[in-house]
Amino acid sequence: MSGDFILEMRNITKEFPGVKALEDVTFQVRRGEVHALVGENGAGKSTLMKVLSGVYPHGSYGGDIVLDGAVQRFATIRDSEHAGVAIIFQELALVKQMTIAENLFLGAELCHGRGVIDWNRTYRETSRALGQVGLKVNPATRVRDLGVGAQQLVEIAKALSKDARLLILDEPTAALTETEADNLLGILEALKARGVTCIYISHRLREVARVADRITVLRDGKTIVTDDKAAMPEDRLVRTMVGRELTTMFPRRPRTAGEVVLAVKGWTVRDPVTDDLRCKDLSFEVRRGEILGLAGLMGAGRTELVTSLFGAWGRRVAGELWLEGRRIEVPDEGEAIRHGLALVSEDRKRYGLVLGMDVKQNSTLASLRRIARLGVINKNEEIKRSAHYARELRTKTPSLEQKVGNLSGGNQQKVVLAKWLLTQPKVLFLDEPTRGIDVGAKVEIYNIMNDLVDQGVCVVMVSSELPEVLGMSDRILVIHEGRLAGGLAREEATQERVMHHATGGA
Amino acid sequence: METAVTQDAARREVGLRELVVGSIKHNTKQYTMFLALIGIWVIFTFLTENVFLTPRNLSNLFVQTVTTAILAIGMVLVIVTGHIDLSVGSVLGFTGAVCAMFMIKLEWGVFPSVLATLAVGLAIGTWHGFWVAYRKVPAFIVSLASMLAFRGLIIGITGGQTQGLEMAPEATAERFKLIGQGYLPTFREGVEGQVHDTSLYLVLLVIAVYAFGSLRRRHARQRYGFPVLPPWAEGLKLLALSAVIGLFGAIMVVYLGIPWSVIFVLALMVLFSFIAEDTTFGRHLYAIGGNPDAARLSGIDVPRHTFVLFMLMGMMTAVAGIVYTARLNAATTSAGQNAELDAIASAVIGGTSLMGGEGTIFGAIVGALVMTSLDNGMSLMNLDITYQYVIKGLILLLAVWVDMAQRRK
Repeated sequence: MSGDFILEMRNITKEFPGVKALEDVTFQVRRGEVHALVGENGAGKSTLMKVLSGVYPHGSYGGDIVLDGAVQRFATIRDSEHAGVAIIFQELALVKQMTIAENLFLGAELCHGRGVIDWNRTYRETSRALGQVGLKVNPATRVRDLGVGAQQLVEIAKALSKDARLLILDEPTAALTETEADNLLGILEALKARGVTCIYISHRLREVARVADRITVLRDGKTIVTDDKAAMPEDRLVRTMVGRELTTMFPRRPRTAGEVVLAVKGWTVRDPVTDDLRCKDLSFEVRRGEILGLAGLMGAGRTELVTSLFGAWGRRVAGELWLEGRRIEVPDEGEAIRHGLALVSEDRKRYGLVLGMDVKQNSTLASLRRIARLGVINKNEEIKRSAHYARELRTKTPSLEQKVGNLSGGNQQKVVLAKWLLTQPKVLFLDEPTRGIDVGAKVEIYNIMNDLVDQGVCVVMVSSELPEVLGMSDRILVIHEGRLAGGLAREEATQERVMHHATGGA
Repeated sequence: METAVTQDAARREVGLRELVVGSIKHNTKQYTMFLALIGIWVIFTFLTENVFLTPRNLSNLFVQTVTTAILAIGMVLVIVTGHIDLSVGSVLGFTGAVCAMFMIKLEWGVFPSVLATLAVGLAIGTWHGFWVAYRKVPAFIVSLASMLAFRGLIIGITGGQTQGLEMAPEATAERFKLIGQGYLPTFREGVEGQVHDTSLYLVLLVIAVYAFGSLRRRHARQRYGFPVLPPWAEGLKLLALSAVIGLFGAIMVVYLGIPWSVIFVLALMVLFSFIAEDTTFGRHLYAIGGNPDAARLSGIDVPRHTFVLFMLMGMMTAVAGIVYTARLNAATTSAGQNAELDAIASAVIGGTSLMGGEGTIFGAIVGALVMTSLDNGMSLMNLDITYQYVIKGLILLLAVWVDMAQRRK
């Protein structure tokens, strides 16, 4: 029976402090098939693949990985590569300054004897590998001169050059244009015809429907179903993906929306480097006393939207912004803060906190001028104000002098919130406010959001977690590839409807 | 153990144990460096048969530390912000030479010469700031370029020859010399070995100001309802720190008095510690060095802060140049050679992290004392210059290694 499967993952369980990311997951892949792995963000797809590829070494998870009938114990990615498993992560792992050929054989250079690179063979082999993925470029081209789509293909060529038997693609089309994605899917089909087995992770159900032979759905760290594509029409797929009932996790309070506070008109954002459109002609309003949810797939342009509204995107922005009936310009973050805008960014360690500074210093970072006279900080006032919010938000910290790098994710997020609340914002943009936070802290963050709305702050929340969007928002805008794909009032919003718009359905 | 902050506020007074433990925890680095300095002094005292520890030598040591200390004060802020300035040695030499030439060739008085020199330093800093902040050229390269350029310009304006200040009008030269070599004037004739009266009063004044400041801070905290030390512990702390200030002062009081240059450094130390710890500007520099993205997204104008920072560094370099020239009583073509390395080493030994976001002015002064003590002690021992360089290099390596090892814990 097992001869049929190239890979079996049996009863995989993986825990992180406080979170069970995978629970008793079983996942079987047949030789020569394209097997799609689908599920919501946070369902455990990436974690499962990290277990498979040795990113999480043997011993850090429960269960068995069986490759061609033999139990594997990978300690590193290298081990899994040797066994023929090649994973291509969402963030590309190419050295951009090096050429395609150099990248392809990085760490496994083709040599004359010892240590002297055989360039002729390297280029010949590279050309051959590029041919397999249908990429017609010079092997001496630097990777940074290639588009994202071509880079993706280079990654695949690299995996193939290592004699990968099992190719894992994690959201390969997330950053690609439609034509590029189309091309990639064509390549996958060609590879399948040549007998390469492939695990394909994607949010885009149309792609899944096109390339997959079988589909496995993960939800909340558990395997829900594995079935042939034919038995999984889109509506069943969506239902099994989102299938859970909304629980009381989302404390909801009755409220009515007031007057328009923020109006966005014809908002268009371009990538500063590639000049690609990230947001196209978006127009919407935010009212006092409501939480506006921005839903969409990863890379749909939501982060770009809130970042640019906060003035942190640079110059490649067009459109009008109206705050409380007056047109405002936000050329930079300082101006945004003065107007009463605040942004809790999606990556708090990278954009939100100075990890080496303590709780009070981080709390007052964006509002230091309010507690300073002639540039001299009133440190007692600093303690008073940061202590106030530590109390209010119930931040768990040994003291205000604790470096924020030592706090848990949820408490770090509360420090970021405190920082922005101290600026007394009128509009608070929250980008993935509960990412990487345990359930208890999530509920606390939701309560804080509700309190803020009660106090008259407008909250705009970007979230990739559908239950969160549905549970917290009074109104939902769905964004698909930079465009407004749909607007749903809370009453009419369902997971299926949001997903439908988010995946580009009409 | 995590406790809610609310509970902290409930206690009004903190015990001595908590004070000591908390203080050691927060300032491990500085205590380590301070102990290292004491250790070095003890070793040299043995090796030089007590010559090292005489008031005369220590007083000299303090004067020798001055230029490095001034540069290190500025360098701390530059490194904290995530930059580096390699040009300070050459610019020190250049501004020193410019100042000398004002007095020698243009026969300007001390005051206008000093003021004009500070303006030159400011201009050089502005030049650096422009390239680093607004043209995004790495500070390493900008300052490396200036390191080379100003070394050349020194030769240009001195004509490649040492310009002794005796060539300047005599009154000017005499007054200028005071900046680098002079001591606080006395009411009665000062004699070596006798108590230097004005210096004594100055030390007492500093202690009084310090005590007054502490009490004011205490009252402010009480007004806010924050916990304060019980009176006896506050008194003990005051007494201990007064004793340290007093001891330091006494060394100079029983020699020739407090040198002007040491007063400059101490004043700059207080001023820059204030800037670093109590102003929005200083806080923003630490934030920029700690995480430039988070700083920018918190509304901090990163380029403007960088620009002002380099202007400040340029000015500090000019101050160091003036003091250095006054101490040497001449402008030389080799003035300030390797001074940038001493300044960087001082900052790093004093606990400044080259990764940015971390460092104190006080630590850098201790670091400068460590570096100068090594120079001074090894010279007293008549150690071959070969070994002097090697040992200084190794000490720097050791200091940073200790720092890294502590960080990993």
